[in-house]
Amino acid sequence: MSSHIGVITFPGSNGDQDSFDAFALGLRAPVRMIDYRETDLSDYAAIVLPGGFSYGDHLRCGAIARFAPVMDALKAFAGAGGPVLGLCNGFQVLTEAHLLPGALLRNQSLQFHCRWIDIVVENTRTAWTHELAEGEVLNLPVAHGDGAFFADDATLDRMEQNGQIVFRYCEPDGKVTPDANFNGSARSIAGISNERGNVVGMMPHPERAADPILGNDDGLKILRSALEFLRVEV
Amino acid sequence: MPKIGVNDPEGEAIRGGLQSLGYTVVERVRAGRHYRLHLSAPEADVARATAEEMAHKLLANPVIQTFVIETVIEAPEV
Repeated sequence: MSSHIGVITFPGSNGDQDSFDAFALGLRAPVRMIDYRETDLSDYAAIVLPGGFSYGDHLRCGAIARFAPVMDALKAFAGAGGPVLGLCNGFQVLTEAHLLPGALLRNQSLQFHCRWIDIVVENTRTAWTHELAEGEVLNLPVAHGDGAFFADDATLDRMEQNGQIVFRYCEPDGKVTPDANFNGSARSIAGISNERGNVVGMMPHPERAADPILGNDDGLKILRSALEFLRVEV
Repeated sequence: MPKIGVNDPEGEAIRGGLQSLGYTVVERVRAGRHYRLHLSAPEADVARATAEEMAHKLLANPVIQTFVIETVIEAPEV
């Protein structure tokens, strides 16, 4: 297995270069761009689905990207336990592809939110969070119009039981409050995982908080987790 | 259409707009999408079945949406 991280570029992705740079410059990790038409991901150690507006956000965010040629390979990769991280639009793609439960709805305010927010780490057993501490607060940027996480109550209860809630929006001190839940997500959910914990999706952008010169590098802690995970796994 | 129980801020905003125009009789608004598909099929039932399949696979997200299908028969263009 190659030790390369792969970043998939869909038509309309705009966070692909940031994701690439976060690994290449922030972590000095081997990383490659993947075209959405590729059909074999067996050569990669971990996959990132970046943010942006894949296929113009037409129909529903992420709904068309789900049929991109690379997606069958991604399903096989995730099914084999490979670490997959969906960021913002990438998260939307993962829910549309049924690799993660739930869906992302229009923000409660109907406004596009572009700002720095705080999230609290709830599950440190995923491939993307095990270098973090439970209860740790990360300060990250968000930029989305459709980020309100939704799942029915039965699904949410099951996810809570399985520990699939990875991040929640919170105050700077880590307290989860209605005020901190700026987009109206169910149970303040900012990020989730599949049952196995290898596939994680989140609305905030860790790749945009990957250099101290640009504010902070809290995001690197998430990306670094996968590298450590692979070091243990491989 | 958003399922019952799914938050619909768009419908809420439209309801607020109608209310402020004086249409106080409006109690609830649910905002959805309308797609017009032109299909070539031997009969309406076949077209409907195909449309239903497409709705399940792509046009609607069953996690958050419901859908209804209406068929209108058009004479083929000559």
